[in-house]
Amino acid sequence: MATSRALLRFLPASLALTLLVGCAQAPQPVHYFAEGKPEKLGDWHLIEARDGKLVTNSGVVPYDLAMPLFSDYAHKFRTVWMPKGTAAKYDAEGAMDFPVGTVLTKTFFYPLPAGASRNDKAVARTYDTTRDFAAGTAAEALDLARLRLIETRVLVRREHGWDAIPYVWNAAQTEAELARTGDAIPLELVDDKQAKEAFTYVVPNENQCASCHDTHVQAKRIEPIGPRARHLNRDYAYASGTENQLDHWAKLGYLSGAPAAAQAPRDADWHDAKAPIADRARAYLDVNCSMCHSPTGPANTTALDLRSANDDLRRLGVCKPPVAAGRGTGDRLLDIVPGKPDDSILIYRITSHEPGVMMPELGRSTTHHEGVELIREWIASMPGNCDA
Amino acid sequence: MRKLIMLVLCALATGCGKEPPPQKSGDDAAFEKALQQQFLDAKPGTVIDIPPGKHMLQRVLTLRANGVTVRGAGSDKSVLSFKNQISGPEGMLVYGNDFVIEHLAIEDSKGDGLKINDGTNVTVRDVRVEWTAGPSKDNGAYGIYPVKCKNVLVEDSASIGARDAGIYVGQSQNVVVRRNRAEKNVAGIEIENSIRADVYENTATDNTGGILVFNMPDLTQHGEHARVFKNKVFANNLGNFAAKGTAVASVPAGSGIIVTSNPKVEIFDNDIADNRTANIIVASYFITNFADKKPTEGYDPYPKSIYIHDNRFTGGGDAPDGLDWKALKVSMFGIGGHFPDVLWDGYVDTKSLVDGQYPAEQRICVKNGDVEVLDVDGPNKFANPKVMKDEFHCELPPLAAAELKAP
Repeated sequence: MATSRALLRFLPASLALTLLVGCAQAPQPVHYFAEGKPEKLGDWHLIEARDGKLVTNSGVVPYDLAMPLFSDYAHKFRTVWMPKGTAAKYDAEGAMDFPVGTVLTKTFFYPLPAGASRNDKAVARTYDTTRDFAAGTAAEALDLARLRLIETRVLVRREHGWDAIPYVWNAAQTEAELARTGDAIPLELVDDKQAKEAFTYVVPNENQCASCHDTHVQAKRIEPIGPRARHLNRDYAYASGTENQLDHWAKLGYLSGAPAAAQAPRDADWHDAKAPIADRARAYLDVNCSMCHSPTGPANTTALDLRSANDDLRRLGVCKPPVAAGRGTGDRLLDIVPGKPDDSILIYRITSHEPGVMMPELGRSTTHHEGVELIREWIASMPGNCDA
Repeated sequence: MRKLIMLVLCALATGCGKEPPPQKSGDDAAFEKALQQQFLDAKPGTVIDIPPGKHMLQRVLTLRANGVTVRGAGSDKSVLSFKNQISGPEGMLVYGNDFVIEHLAIEDSKGDGLKINDGTNVTVRDVRVEWTAGPSKDNGAYGIYPVKCKNVLVEDSASIGARDAGIYVGQSQNVVVRRNRAEKNVAGIEIENSIRADVYENTATDNTGGILVFNMPDLTQHGEHARVFKNKVFANNLGNFAAKGTAVASVPAGSGIIVTSNPKVEIFDNDIADNRTANIIVASYFITNFADKKPTEGYDPYPKSIYIHDNRFTGGGDAPDGLDWKALKVSMFGIGGHFPDVLWDGYVDTKSLVDGQYPAEQRICVKNGDVEVLDVDGPNKFANPKVMKDEFHCELPPLAAAELKAP
């Protein structure tokens, strides 16, 4: 990291550029590592920083989710790749059944606030993704002049199951290095009114990756969380034109057994104020909480089930006493009290960003204000009460 | 001049700007990275050694492998401190079978100290989990916390300062908790929703409640069958500092041993002294602070098959916690008097009664010399409390010992 930065500093900018471009020519095909943990993200030849862009290799398809997990306001660029001639089997509820050899990447990045340079701590807090992508690439390549890459997490499907491998981008933004033990990066969120919030961006270590991705605690096997039909079932702006992702995957041969997108489940867009509040709130809880809070997840010790598929109100937390919350109760008595968000432990815990109180336990150091507002509105709109 | 005043004010009030997180030394950072790496690389047979010294860590130690041993040089020598923790919330989080942890300390984690989830064959030996500032609202909930485990041994260990339970075994099967020390926790030792637990030769003192055997609704399994014997349970009179809403927030300061809704509990041969609300409390779910909420179906909120015998009692019951209890004590026993050694909340499962009594095997039996039982008449809000003895005079067959069976 230091070497490449030093190199850049002492070389004329044009020469440095030539060197970088020179290195990146004649792209090699994607390399699936059946075992081990390559030292550099580039070793996989999935995505790479080239000519001021983060670009995908041939066969590497970007995708997006209707309802992403909140990660300190980071933007995310996701890709999927499968070996030639293989396809994922469609699953209406769970994660798609991906073939051995599948490699998913998720790159966490922030747009830069106006006027801030790349080496500052400052990153933008914005939902605007229109400036993330390089001109003329639709949503297939990131414009590195406008953003800061933080980390890329690789999920690879091997013979024995999935492995999670974290990489952290160097300061020069040329390569991401293996970071098995994670990292802690001081950043500062700057919103469009110049309000600032300093925080430590925590890159999880490998075992922390599994703390979320191990959705079957007894089987002890990790799985992708995002690429489920209900989250993928939306349009994406490909260079070839905008198309529904499920349809696009099927057309590419990456998905078999899928119904037409219109027949597949589809989660509410949580930003869509026209969608019913309960649908948006439940989609939010499903994505942000149900990897642990399900009947098979590690938080099944708590009898709280926040999956979209759960229709038992008590298990959803309504009028349910906490089990092992400790100071996480914030002196409130019940998980959800209809009509009373301020009396609900759920609101207290998703608002906090203090380890030991906050939920989710991992993956954020800041409060997701818009998410909290959504859940508040939902609880406020609930009829009934908890009086016996 | 204004600038100067501002400076002075800022120096006085730390609120003038966010304090930077405490710096960690390069040594600590290198140690943590190497240790984290060992936890990532662990596989069956791995022994992770924690050298003597106080090691400042910023991130939970997560283990996801079977057959691993984590070993220090002693619970006062090898200390993992999470005072500067930024990612957690636990100190150590373990998913794995055949796990042994021994001879080390975990201090000041933001959440639980040592949590072991879904493990079979778990041994915790000579481990100290402590919140070093003493009882505080900032402390984590559980000290030593095996949950949904099978064959659990916790021995020669200590938990100090947990805001919920010091040693807490939840939703587990085949449990032995012995020769431990629990101090300054809300609950010293708690067995919750567990099946076949032996709790013996422990010392529980200066907690809000000494030893608790609880069975709560909604969880993955119902608890039954616990033996609590040969423990020293004295002077558990610490003010309750639990967060409201937690089950233990309802524990009155000055409780020695509490059984709540748990069937088949045998309490014998303990030394129980100077717990100023009561030395033993036998209660239903209705007396907890969730009493007005409807428990789920399939859950029995009444304690049944409880056998208290051959314990040695001294003092206690003389200064109960809470206005209701205080008033009750004074009205029944006078200012200088004290409650009997056993308090019962008086809730009866009328559906189970045969000729006005539980069937013999479901009764609450006290065969402990002169020890009396106070029925506080909880169902009628303490309207008709009475001291009883003969009504509880019965015996139950002894419970079998818990065995740590191989799976």
